Amino acid sequence: MHKFFIRSFVSSLVLLFTFTVAAIAKDVKAAFVYIGPTGDHGWTYQHDVGRKAVEAAGFKTTYVEGVPESADAERVLRQLANSGHDVIFTTSFGYMNPTNKVAKEFPNVKFEHATGYKREHPNVSTYAARFYEGRTILGTIAGTMTKSNVIGYVASFPIPEVIRGINSFTLAAQKVNPNIKTKIVWAFTWYDPGKEAEAAKALIDQGADVIAQHTDSTAIVQMAEKAGVYAFGQASDMDKFAPKAVLTSVENNWGPYYVDRVKAVANGTWNQKDTWHGIGDGMVVISDLDSQMPADLRSKVKKLQADLASGKVHSFTGPIYDQKGNLMVAEGKTADDGMLAGMMTYVKGVEGDIPK
Amino acid sequence: MIIDINFIGLIIASIMASAVPLILASCGELITERSGVLNLGVEGMMIIGAISGFALMTVTGSLIIAIFGAMLAGVLISTIFAFLTQTLITNHVATGLALTIFGIGISAMIGKNFVGIPGKEFPVLFEGFKDTIPLLGPILFGHSIVFYFAFALPFITSYFLKKTKIGLIVRAVGDSPESASNQGINVRLVRYACILYGGAMSGLAGAYLSMIYTPQWIENMTGGRGWIALALVVFSTWNPIKILIGAMIFGGLTIIQFHMQAIGVRIPVQFLTALPYIVTIIVLVVISRDSRKIRLSTPSSLGKSFYKDN
Repeated sequence: MHKFFIRSFVSSLVLLFTFTVAAIAKDVKAAFVYIGPTGDHGWTYQHDVGRKAVEAAGFKTTYVEGVPESADAERVLRQLANSGHDVIFTTSFGYMNPTNKVAKEFPNVKFEHATGYKREHPNVSTYAARFYEGRTILGTIAGTMTKSNVIGYVASFPIPEVIRGINSFTLAAQKVNPNIKTKIVWAFTWYDPGKEAEAAKALIDQGADVIAQHTDSTAIVQMAEKAGVYAFGQASDMDKFAPKAVLTSVENNWGPYYVDRVKAVANGTWNQKDTWHGIGDGMVVISDLDSQMPADLRSKVKKLQADLASGKVHSFTGPIYDQKGNLMVAEGKTADDGMLAGMMTYVKGVEGDIPK
Repeated sequence: MIIDINFIGLIIASIMASAVPLILASCGELITERSGVLNLGVEGMMIIGAISGFALMTVTGSLIIAIFGAMLAGVLISTIFAFLTQTLITNHVATGLALTIFGIGISAMIGKNFVGIPGKEFPVLFEGFKDTIPLLGPILFGHSIVFYFAFALPFITSYFLKKTKIGLIVRAVGDSPESASNQGINVRLVRYACILYGGAMSGLAGAYLSMIYTPQWIENMTGGRGWIALALVVFSTWNPIKILIGAMIFGGLTIIQFHMQAIGVRIPVQFLTALPYIVTIIVLVVISRDSRKIRLSTPSSLGKSFYKDN
């Protein structure tokens, strides 16, 4: 009888020990909150590609898609934090306040907010990509390839991220072709294929022969293909949707950052920081350059890409003037990150006003 | 900017193309509502049509199978609605809303494997005649078969409701199911048929979006057009010709406001974006302000369940 008790006592101890060890070395779980559906083949799709990279690195992940930027976001975040996730990535600008609010309630959970600037608690980090570097390349291509000197640009919402993109695109296009005009059409949506196609059609009818976009669907490049003008892919490589129209795409590559951060949580080395990576760090990737571009343009673009990566060239190098002719960045200077983050004025050469 | 006459033709043609899904879905829903059934599931049936059409096109490679398959998918999902509201006598509004939520969800699930696949080119008719007549050329020629069908549909619908016996039966069932039933009309059968027809038209409207207008599949690609189609039916006071006018104004202002932006007209963009909604409602309210006619064309038993005493 004694033997039995001793044996069960020992085995329970062993079991208890195993469980404790398992609990300490438990897997790190990462959660992702998406604004759109993972099937948008754009913004959310690319974040989900990043999530899959985390999964491939051996971590458990969860995601919630189509979360509105409202009180719903808070509810979802609280739920994820409560259900044992160690790090939560919130992948849209509008999650900024909910993220910080919930982060305060869960000091042991790490929060990573994309494209925002508020880090009110030590467990909140922010990250974003310097997409404007990609748009410098697109502008260079557009300015060279246009024949009508009218470039169309389908924009989503008047926020600094979008304005910055329009400016960097226009500055680069002007540099290679001082006569170009950038016509902007605001679609007031991130994602509505029908509307985006109509906006692109309007620009093409108005004489634009190169179309750039800051909305997420592939409708615009398809419209460009139909109309026989050039376009650029957004967020992912859209070449197969419009092989003749798409000259190149700017791809969002979140995977390496996500894997890094989740690993940091696992090792206990996670710390608060603000990341803003561009072409140099591989967060912004330029897809293959289409063979319709002349060889010298292609080599010029390759060189520009390398210079942007090394920091030799900055997208916003002075002198830069706004629409009224006021100096924004002095000659020989470059715009600092503060100015870039809050950019809400058009540079000279962009047509129209920013919607208020 | 030079405004030449062909340019105006091109704009009108793109306005008409954007109105097609609204006309199809509205005319389908109009028949459903005229039989006294309020189906708020248009958005859901459209998105099901969109994914079914695109999926069938990708898998079978046949555009004909895809178009009819999309309509069949619309019929199938509306059968659920018909069974619930007509056989189990559930509430029309709640069931319709559920149908939309169901449609969006299931289309996303089926669609997972079809994201990122380019669509096929859909053949257009009479393309060679496009340049033969100024202004009218681009308006009349070079469109898909669905486009021509959509613009014939309001007139067919109008004729059907006013001049045919079956049209009269549909209206009778919508106005007074009790009297119709007493006349020996099978109210439930008529309503079933009208719901399924509405489903087929919504399915076709969805397929137009995913196969012809923007040939691709992405989640939620109908973008609320089903709700606009529903609103058009009500604001047109159940008149198919007014649906055509409303859909053209709505599509037109959406496109013209983009042109105004591109030209650089200094009107606040937010106002321009809201313009299609505001003007469509104002115009339809104004052209339908005759209250006697409204009373005559409103299906009196709309949204009410019909119980037949056995």
